[in-house]
Amino acid sequence: MLSRTAENLYWIARYMERAETMGRLLEVGARISLIPSAGHGYRSEWESLLQASGTAEGFAEKYGDPVQRNIESYLFFDRDNPSSVVSCIERARENARIVRTAISGQVWDALNTAYQEILQIERQPRSEWELTELCEWVARQSALLRGAMDATMLRNDGFFFMNLGYALERADNSARLVDVKYFVLLPSVELVGSGLDNYQWQVLLRALKALRAFHWAYGGEVTASKIIDFLILNPASPRSLMSATRKAMHHLDNLARFYGDAPGADLALLHARALVKELEQTEVAEIVDEGLHEFLTRFIGEIGQVAALVQRSYLSGEAR
Amino acid sequence: MTEYFNEMFEGREVRPPYAGLDGWMREMPAQLRAMKQAEAEALFRRIGITFAVYGEGGDPDRLIPFDMFPRVFTQKEWRRLERGIKQRARALNAFLNDVYGRGEIVRAGRIPARLVYQNAAYERAVAGFVPPRGIYSHIVGVDLVRTGPDQFFVLEDNCRTPSGVSYMLENREIMMRMFPKLFRENRIEPVDGYPEALRRTLASVAPAKCESEPSIAILTPGHFNSAYYEHSFLADLMGVELVEGADLFVEGGFCWMRTTEGPKKLDVIYRRIDDAFLDPLCFRPDSMLGVPGLMDVYRSGGVTICSAPGAGVADDKAIYTFVPEMVRFYLGEEPLLENVPTWQCAKPDDLKYVLDHLPELVVKEVHGSGGYGMLVGPKATREQIETFRIKIEDNPHNYIAQPTLALSTTPTFVEEGVAPRHVDLRPYCLVGEKIELVPGGLTRVALTEGSLVVNSSQGGGVKDTWVLAE
Amino acid sequence: MILTVNHVTTYGYGEPMGTAVQSLRLFPSRFEGQRVIDWQVSVEGGVRGGAFRDGAGDRVEGWSIRPPVEEVAITVSGQVETFDTSGVLRGHRESVHPMAYLRETVATWIDDALADLGAEAVAGASDELDRAHRLSRAVAEAIAYRPGATHAHTTAAEALAQGEGVCQDHAHALIAAARSVDLPARYVSGYLFASEDGSPHEAAHAWAEIWVKPVGWIGFDPANRCCPDERYIRLGSGLDAREAAPVRGVTQGAGEERMKVTVALHEVQQ
Repeated sequence: MLSRTAENLYWIARYMERAETMGRLLEVGARISLIPSAGHGYRSEWESLLQASGTAEGFAEKYGDPVQRNIESYLFFDRDNPSSVVSCIERARENARIVRTAISGQVWDALNTAYQEILQIERQPRSEWELTELCEWVARQSALLRGAMDATMLRNDGFFFMNLGYALERADNSARLVDVKYFVLLPSVELVGSGLDNYQWQVLLRALKALRAFHWAYGGEVTASKIIDFLILNPASPRSLMSATRKAMHHLDNLARFYGDAPGADLALLHARALVKELEQTEVAEIVDEGLHEFLTRFIGEIGQVAALVQRSYLSGEAR
Repeated sequence: MTEYFNEMFEGREVRPPYAGLDGWMREMPAQLRAMKQAEAEALFRRIGITFAVYGEGGDPDRLIPFDMFPRVFTQKEWRRLERGIKQRARALNAFLNDVYGRGEIVRAGRIPARLVYQNAAYERAVAGFVPPRGIYSHIVGVDLVRTGPDQFFVLEDNCRTPSGVSYMLENREIMMRMFPKLFRENRIEPVDGYPEALRRTLASVAPAKCESEPSIAILTPGHFNSAYYEHSFLADLMGVELVEGADLFVEGGFCWMRTTEGPKKLDVIYRRIDDAFLDPLCFRPDSMLGVPGLMDVYRSGGVTICSAPGAGVADDKAIYTFVPEMVRFYLGEEPLLENVPTWQCAKPDDLKYVLDHLPELVVKEVHGSGGYGMLVGPKATREQIETFRIKIEDNPHNYIAQPTLALSTTPTFVEEGVAPRHVDLRPYCLVGEKIELVPGGLTRVALTEGSLVVNSSQGGGVKDTWVLAE
Repeated sequence: MILTVNHVTTYGYGEPMGTAVQSLRLFPSRFEGQRVIDWQVSVEGGVRGGAFRDGAGDRVEGWSIRPPVEEVAITVSGQVETFDTSGVLRGHRESVHPMAYLRETVATWIDDALADLGAEAVAGASDELDRAHRLSRAVAEAIAYRPGATHAHTTAAEALAQGEGVCQDHAHALIAAARSVDLPARYVSGYLFASEDGSPHEAAHAWAEIWVKPVGWIGFDPANRCCPDERYIRLGSGLDAREAAPVRGVTQGAGEERMKVTVALHEVQQ
């Protein structure tokens, strides 16, 4: 397969996952902002959203103060923001158009329909849309695409590259989502474990569509350490860092097998394996000791390293 | 009032090739027709066949209008065209071989040296190099018009990268899907062998250094190009890679594709970009589309480029006049297809005639294409004619003129029902180990009543083209 | 005359660059005026690519260098025996029609001054050879040799307007003037052996060739007011300096390119 084709497929998935994360982030923000936090008013929650999505700088340049409505526009509709939902869907669809013949008809339909619908949404006045509706719409498009992929694509390198894109983006994004919580909590350490704190964690779970799953898995009271375990270490939780990293490892393994490489020849695979192993041996207490934010920042760096190695091994067309 | 040849009706009689369509046309209720038309459009959109028009803005995903009324040829009519087209394709390739070699036709005084060697399309860089099998133009698109039952004229030759073949294939596909009964009742020669024939043609011109099954790719300028759909469509049907310049590099005298498994050698490139953009080292240094060093690899026999760089010198409008001469000179045969009589404004006598008869003539730019920059005398206003007169006087070398041909018409679905509209035809002749022509082509139709301009960029549409089996 | 050549061209970049690809025309032409005794071309760390003789009779060799590229060094060394053919390119095999050398390029664009210079120079000439000589003289007189007065992208018209230049400008001006009177002309790059007597020219040199009926291609060096003789080594030709360049290359990346050239020619005593 052409390296560029693999790259296009990989980025279709990354952009769609990123669009979904943006939608979920907006949902978290909308919910958290419904209750006042101690001392800082509503502003800090929204600011934390921008921080977590890595778009704070671009936003500040364009709008200045973080006002909810502007943030919504910036994260959802703004084409100047390369990570906005609209930008991501548009780019996913353009990548698909370029490799139209490497994806199934249904996958193309899913992407093309999402794109046509978002053009429609853009044309309507903003007041006609509830933010939560928009967020749900994004989640639905993402699910449709994933369903089309699973149902119709050949299990070959193209499929593996798409799934790899999904997994790496999800690992990165989940870490960032959990990090929002860090920014929100930072101002008042004494609130840890308080009713407010738990409420915010629940909002996060709800945004991840995981609140019920959480209760099934753990039962009893919602505590910070249970949640850290659920979102980071639990392999049963579909959005946990463990799940996403394992999925990335799995598809790197598929690729190595598909190309008939010598065992252990692929650096990206080795790195992903090491990362999974580390997560398997980590306890919640260790994460708290290291500091949640510090841990997440380091993890995001490691995932970035895997992505860079994928680039080198497969997408540059030179190194192998 | 000019009499136009109607390909379906002779007075009230239906000509034999269209016998199978008369009932179909009469029995189709208006409602069904509208439904089918909408269905066809939806199919085209879904597939993604769109055509961007340069310099107009507007919808970037514009569809070329598709007319459901097929254009039909009998086997006998087609055989004649086929022989004529193949003859022309052989002569054009012989000419290219000659002018990049010894230039016998010029030495013999049959074509002026200036027209060849000072032609902007003559590539000095490939002089003396003989491409595999001596073939320069592997896909020759010959544009034909018809003026009577047996009168066909060649309007122009396209030796570089004639486009539109995807429409030939998709038009048929969609017609078969919508009107299966028509295809059961009429015995129509299939066209779907084209991609395989093209692949065979390309494989047959792999470089001598290629020892295994040749690896083939289509080189596209990229997904912003108006014909990107066609590029990706053909690559898919042939089962070959669709590459951009950045996907390729040269090393060790070969051309390589960047793949997920590392570099993979490429033997034959079917390029859909112009010569000037192929290689910044050899041609335009500012080109971002090409592959640095590609021409060195090509000229040392490491890769084949189709069409060969420099092939454009054969389809220049000034050279066109001499194609019948080429047929006689290289093949020792009489041309089976006629040229349209052409006046070269560069010649003083011709120029005088042209300027005296502008309202009757069609005037074209020597290097123009796509129906841009042309004057259709009988349809032009006095003002347009005078503006053009000044242009011609300023730069006579840039223009040729031809009589306004009475282009044949075929029935076409229009608002009010069915009405005659003017058409032309572009068959695609493949030149490799064998010379092949799939029975069919692209029929372009001028949808506006009375219009003679069939170019899609000027409001033309397309039709499925049938060749009836014996 | 037997001449030895040592020629090193070095490209340096401020930062590591991507792939470098080069097309070299660094091989002595095959004709009666020169005979190669020994000739080596190499690119340090490079991979040799396709090699062939083009339609103009030049040998061309492709090279590529894998990234990261920090420096490209092209080394030429060899020995050539030369003979005086009075500038005539006798016995040179080529297949490009002379008329293809009437095409204008940016560097050889014919402005009014060049057209006037051409027309005046050939007025009253007896035959084509005479016309060519007169053109070469006229250019030599119109443009004084002055290093540093012009740069690599100076056109023939600009050099003529300025009235000074180097061998590249002389050649461009002569080509443009010749084409303006319908004489096919081309740019030739090569080496010139400057003897001890203090000739000021650099060893890397350029001149023009004019198609003169019925003789064929004849070299003219307006910079030295002569036709090439046994002090000259001919490498390659083209419509202008860019086309005839002994080294053409593309290196991917944003680093700024610095070029250094050293050429040494010596006569072998017999």
